[in-house]
Amino acid sequence: MAETAERGAVAGIGNRFGLALTWLPGLLEPLMRVLQRIVGVARMPWVFLTPNMLIFGAFTFLPIVINFYYAFTGGVKLFPSERPFTGMENLEILFECGNYLDPSTCRKDIFWRALFNTGKFAVLQVGLMVALSVITALVLNRKIIGRGFWRGVFFYPVLLSPVVVALIWKWILQSQGLLNGILIGIGGHPTEWLTSASWMFFWVILVSIWAHMGFYTLIVLAGLQAIPKDLYDAAQMDSAPPGRVFWKITLPLLMPNLLVVIVLAMIRAVQIFDEVFVLTGGGPGSATTFIVQFIYETGFASAIHLYGLAAAASLVLAGALLILTLLQLKATQGGAAK
Amino acid sequence: MPDVAAFLMRTHGRTRFDWTDWVSYAYLFTGLFLMFGPVLWIVMSSFKTQAALSEFPPSFLPEGQKTVQIKGQEGRSPLFVVKMPDGTTRELAEIRRMGLMATMVDPAKPDEEIQVNINDRTKTREIRIATENYTQLFGRFAFGRYLWNSVFITVVATLITLLFNSMAAFALSKYKFAGQKAVFLLIIATLMIPPTIVLVPNFLVISNLGLLNSLWGVIWPAVATPTGVFLLRQYMLTIPDELLDAARMDHASEWQIYWRIVLPLTAPALAVLAIFSVMWRWNDFLWPLIVLSRSELFTLQLALNSFQGELQTEWNYLLAMTVITIIPVTLVFAFLQKHITTGIAASGVK
Repeated sequence: MAETAERGAVAGIGNRFGLALTWLPGLLEPLMRVLQRIVGVARMPWVFLTPNMLIFGAFTFLPIVINFYYAFTGGVKLFPSERPFTGMENLEILFECGNYLDPSTCRKDIFWRALFNTGKFAVLQVGLMVALSVITALVLNRKIIGRGFWRGVFFYPVLLSPVVVALIWKWILQSQGLLNGILIGIGGHPTEWLTSASWMFFWVILVSIWAHMGFYTLIVLAGLQAIPKDLYDAAQMDSAPPGRVFWKITLPLLMPNLLVVIVLAMIRAVQIFDEVFVLTGGGPGSATTFIVQFIYETGFASAIHLYGLAAAASLVLAGALLILTLLQLKATQGGAAK
Repeated sequence: MPDVAAFLMRTHGRTRFDWTDWVSYAYLFTGLFLMFGPVLWIVMSSFKTQAALSEFPPSFLPEGQKTVQIKGQEGRSPLFVVKMPDGTTRELAEIRRMGLMATMVDPAKPDEEIQVNINDRTKTREIRIATENYTQLFGRFAFGRYLWNSVFITVVATLITLLFNSMAAFALSKYKFAGQKAVFLLIIATLMIPPTIVLVPNFLVISNLGLLNSLWGVIWPAVATPTGVFLLRQYMLTIPDELLDAARMDHASEWQIYWRIVLPLTAPALAVLAIFSVMWRWNDFLWPLIVLSRSELFTLQLALNSFQGELQTEWNYLLAMTVITIIPVTLVFAFLQKHITTGIAASGVK
């Protein structure tokens, strides 16, 4: 009862808020009246589509084509007409390796380190995060008091900006920070978290899980709530132990949902940049340098802007994302077929 | 007290509160601590003075050593509680220190110097809330500028997003025309092209348009979101076409139908998109970092990043600035949490 009333109130706020936003198009009415007279009613849908499609064209479709052009041209000039064609040279620079498993034998060793770091990060972060999301969603799906509140608790960090997330944790992990203070309090040894390569990789994973877990928990929770209740009732009648219920009913029925979550999390994980860049700057050394940071630094941050090399690295990232997207499509179709 | 216990033990429909419930609540309270603890810590720290911030191990409350002005001394002197040789304790201020011995005076009798071993004294502490961390932000840094830049980008980009996306959604849901399906698929396809893979060409487009180092260079690429078009289209499909036909009979123009009939009925979906858009633009980092290199154009996020990278980071100001940056999203969270969480659960987008 109370929850329904509350939901109604929230929807009310949303409605008024949304309504207040509809005044803006009214200003365009005289212009649109003239336009309709010129193009006719039948072509009006194209008028409605134009602004959005222009933006998509200029900042998504056109750039994909230009990106290929950059990847196959060299030099340090930004304008395409001033760039000499170099064919596969940029890709060759990236992929020239004595031994592909050892980054130090590669011509662009930092690219390979970034590639390995990204792969390692994506697997560890997504694995751990999805496991924690499932556990959290299972707890939230129980008959607990204040479910809405608890759901919000785990979701709150999702709203924080990556820069803020990084600063919060930098402040906790610094050598005179809260964590070392607590460690001393319980008789442990303070550690220089921020300057230790292996610890920093560990913390980057943990911090990004902290920041994003709530989002995936919500999706898993929606999946859990879609599982028919009568299956559990039947299991209860057969007095099946909870562990068996989880492995035989919950997990198999959650699988399609979980696959989507895993691929979605992977797509985000391989693009990790913001919070890590602010927290570690990619260091210590290159311990937490990931692929997007390589693109950013090669193309924009270093003294010489190697746009071609950055674009070639973007192609590699795009290839990885394409594979993940195809996997996602397969996962969604599998989910729809169920 | 028994009432509280009974309330907490109450379960829906079941009478027993078994061990799995205990484990669940233990998990939830641990989660509460881990999710809000770090944020609470940064809020508490932002009210500490620079001196209190450099204390280790740190204290939870913003407290620091009490200081006092001694006649004939430069600056304020720190106060200590000193155990005297005769067993009594006195509150003394330190004016000099050499190794293990400190020269101290009673604030009431500043001429009588007393030599004290530093192991015989403890700091006098007091709660001191350093509001100057916040008030000095506007004078010492161009904080107002950063705040304005962030607010401008967020508000303008969100308004344009709502306009452009709802126009496209209207065309895709309320008309039948050749090429409609192709356009819809094209928009869905852009979902799969994240901005991170077109950084270089977008940089070229923006500089060709003369929008480098301009707030509009951040706004324009962000205003056409496939998520928004998709969300609004799905919602508009549920609006009956009879309403539109009736309006056409009354000679309403197509634009009037769009903004006087369809938009008001789409208000709940517009609100959800507005919340998403505000969060996206407020938190944006990589693209503004590339487009805006002049410091007077920095958004809050860029300013935070550039201050934390400085050699001598003044953490007291940085922490206060971080807390101010958190306030808007926390307000959104507090008032509109249900909207966001149900929106995400329904559409699977962030």
